[in-house]
Amino acid sequence: MPDAQTPQLAFHNVSFAFDETPVLRNVSFELSSGETLIVLGAAGSGKTVLLKTALGLLRPTQGRVVLFGADVTAGSEREWFDIRSRIGVLFQEGGLFDSLDVADNVAYPLRNQPLRQCPEEQVLPKVEESLKFVDLGHTLDKYPSELSGGMRRRVGIARAIVTQPELMLYDSPTAGLDPITANIIVALITKGRDVRNATTVMVTHRFQDGEILAGFRYDTAAGGLGLTPDHRGDTQTRFLVLREGEMVFLGTQAELEASQDSYVSKFVPHT
Amino acid sequence: MFELIKRPILTFQGFVLLSVRALRGIFQKPYYWDDLFLQMDSLGIGSLPVVILTGFFAGCIMALQMARALQTYGATSQVGQLVAITLVREMGPVLTALMVAGRNASGMASELGSMKVTEQIDAMRALGTDPILKLVKPRLIATAILLPLLTILADFIGMIGGWMVSCVMLSLTTSAHYWNTAWRILEYNDLAQGLIKPFVFAIVIALVGCFYGMEAKGGTQGVGLATTRAVVVASVWIVVLTFIIGRVFVSL
Ligand SMILES: Nc1ncnc2c1ncn2[C@@H]1O[C@H](COP(=O)(O)OP(=O)(O)OP(=O)(O)O)[C@@H](O)[C@H]1O
Ligand SMILES: [Mg+2]
Repeated sequence: MPDAQTPQLAFHNVSFAFDETPVLRNVSFELSSGETLIVLGAAGSGKTVLLKTALGLLRPTQGRVVLFGADVTAGSEREWFDIRSRIGVLFQEGGLFDSLDVADNVAYPLRNQPLRQCPEEQVLPKVEESLKFVDLGHTLDKYPSELSGGMRRRVGIARAIVTQPELMLYDSPTAGLDPITANIIVALITKGRDVRNATTVMVTHRFQDGEILAGFRYDTAAGGLGLTPDHRGDTQTRFLVLREGEMVFLGTQAELEASQDSYVSKFVPHT
Repeated sequence: MFELIKRPILTFQGFVLLSVRALRGIFQKPYYWDDLFLQMDSLGIGSLPVVILTGFFAGCIMALQMARALQTYGATSQVGQLVAITLVREMGPVLTALMVAGRNASGMASELGSMKVTEQIDAMRALGTDPILKLVKPRLIATAILLPLLTILADFIGMIGGWMVSCVMLSLTTSAHYWNTAWRILEYNDLAQGLIKPFVFAIVIALVGCFYGMEAKGGTQGVGLATTRAVVVASVWIVVLTFIIGRVFVSL
């Protein structure tokens, strides 16, 4: 089991290029168990590529990726399948399978992840529990095309957490959503993090999303989606800012707010 | 100069890589039976009408054209043999494959292409399934099994078409003679050629369709492009391969 010392996810000078165009340059960070990383950056700055590199869907052209204490940069696809069983991921557009209904979508990792093979009679209860978690307990037999954008993201979150992974990756969970739905989604992500103490990486272009994850905790006693302010968050949550693939900032929320860099400070709303 | 040929070389390299992985995948677990049956249904049952129609009219056309040539030599009684040989050796396999390429290579490219651009393929890999085994393998196996069967069907329907034209419409010869000569002229060599071709075409159709689908990028426009490319490339390969396989068999 992971102890707090070995990093759950670490990038060491990771670079990535499509053909000859560099997309990530020398990105380095370490994330210990239970910590949160918020990745900010303009469109096309390489946020999605960073997450896909962390999942082994893209292989870095340089540098090393360390997951759960092991260097997996050069791992075979088979080894990566085992590692991915321990990671939950929400893709930018949800990444739901059009041909499967909601229940089968959420059950997919339970049936297919090599380390999570789950007896068929336990699949449905887990799927229902996971959908109830995102407040969609009644949509099991709908197809993704019949859902609204916000519901699709919630199904995506249900699918990501159904195997109870130690590490969660969320790609722009609030992009294109209205502020109300966006806050519900971020509250769900916070809940998912705090109920199981999962290490969380969230890509976003909204500073407010990061602010919630950094400054609030899910209130288990209150139930629902109640969040309570938490000042410990400062040390548990870090922000990473990407600019054309380059890491231009890595630090706490206070440091981010104090940054004088003209690109970095654009992400912080100044009142 | 190098820049000019770099793209095609990279594309071909990617295609070979996918082909090797897919063909190796045939012997690898897991097998997704549901997906296989779904593909067999869509390919086999779905292609029946178009294959029957093309086969039938190919036979009709052949008998019609042969009739004129044979009449000048007074050899109209041989129409059955000619229809049988051209159908089984060339027209049946090629026409069926072209129809299935138009229908299914495009279907595979657009289906896999939209899965690619909506990150469903990434999601598959992230959630524990290898897209080669889950998507490409069932399509490859289904096509390899069904295209030869569809071709046999098209050959047979085509001979019926030929019989309709030569015996019912033009009364070139008797029905008994038509079927007798048609059946007896076929040699082992013709049948082998008539079955190896669709098998090879099937592999080309499935791999090309899946390859262009998995390579799609750039939103819905990219999917359209992938679909067009898959049909064009698969069709050209079918025509080229007919010649090559025919050449090999002639020299045997
Ligand atoms: N499959 C690909 N082939 C070539 N280039 C790509 C590919 N995917 C992404 N890129 C390029 O990589 C860069 C980073 O893309 P990425 O998707 O990571 O951006 P992003 O930060 O996630 O942007 P957004 O906020 O719009 O999602 C972009 O310049 C993009 O054009
Ligand atoms: Mg992105």
